[in-house]
Amino acid sequence: MTVTALLFASYADVLGRTSIDLTLAPGATVADALANIRALPGGDQLPPQPLMAVNLVYARGSHALKNGDELAVIPPVAGG
Amino acid sequence: MRAAITTRPLDVAALLAEVADASCGAAILFVGTVRDMNDGRAVTGIEYSAYEAMAEREMRAIVHEAAEQFATDHVVIEHRLGALELGEASVAIAIAHPRRSGAYDASRFVIEELKRRVPIWKREAYADGTREWVDPSGANRGQHT
Repeated sequence: MTVTALLFASYADVLGRTSIDLTLAPGATVADALANIRALPGGDQLPPQPLMAVNLVYARGSHALKNGDELAVIPPVAGG
Repeated sequence: MRAAITTRPLDVAALLAEVADASCGAAILFVGTVRDMNDGRAVTGIEYSAYEAMAEREMRAIVHEAAEQFATDHVVIEHRLGALELGEASVAIAIAHPRRSGAYDASRFVIEELKRRVPIWKREAYADGTREWVDPSGANRGQHT
């Protein structure tokens, strides 16, 4: 299955892009997707457990992904 | 109740007018602005960005939580994105409530929740020409971009 991962702010800087199409095995979790991202050049600069969201909702690492999901890796938020 | 992200300058007086209601004896306006100093460094401006769809979703959720928790439907929040100059408003929260204590409490709730969970980021520009993503958690302090 394919999941689109979105990167923002400092995380987009270290990976040099704002989105990545990930091909994952059926049943893959948010943590699995993160491991794939962390294996990319620059990915080792992400923290071990960043905030993550699936389809606009914060999600845990154990959350099972579905084909076509939008995954977001969210840097420390700094609104206001 | 309303929550919005915009790239235009915030019209804070319009937000206060939007929440005004004859049933409310108190109205409160919170405005967050770009400060000229952070962590001992001279700041010349801030660029705001967001995961816009999720940020608006979280802001709407916060507005609804505030309405339920503090018993008022008169809650509006706007956050601006893009490059802001010193003194410009980045966020504005307007709340009207029958009583002042409810207005103050709801306003504080909304700004604290926004800072805790809405996916918005800011990159400060400094007088020495450098720029840096702001990390309120402090985890990446000292990382220059």
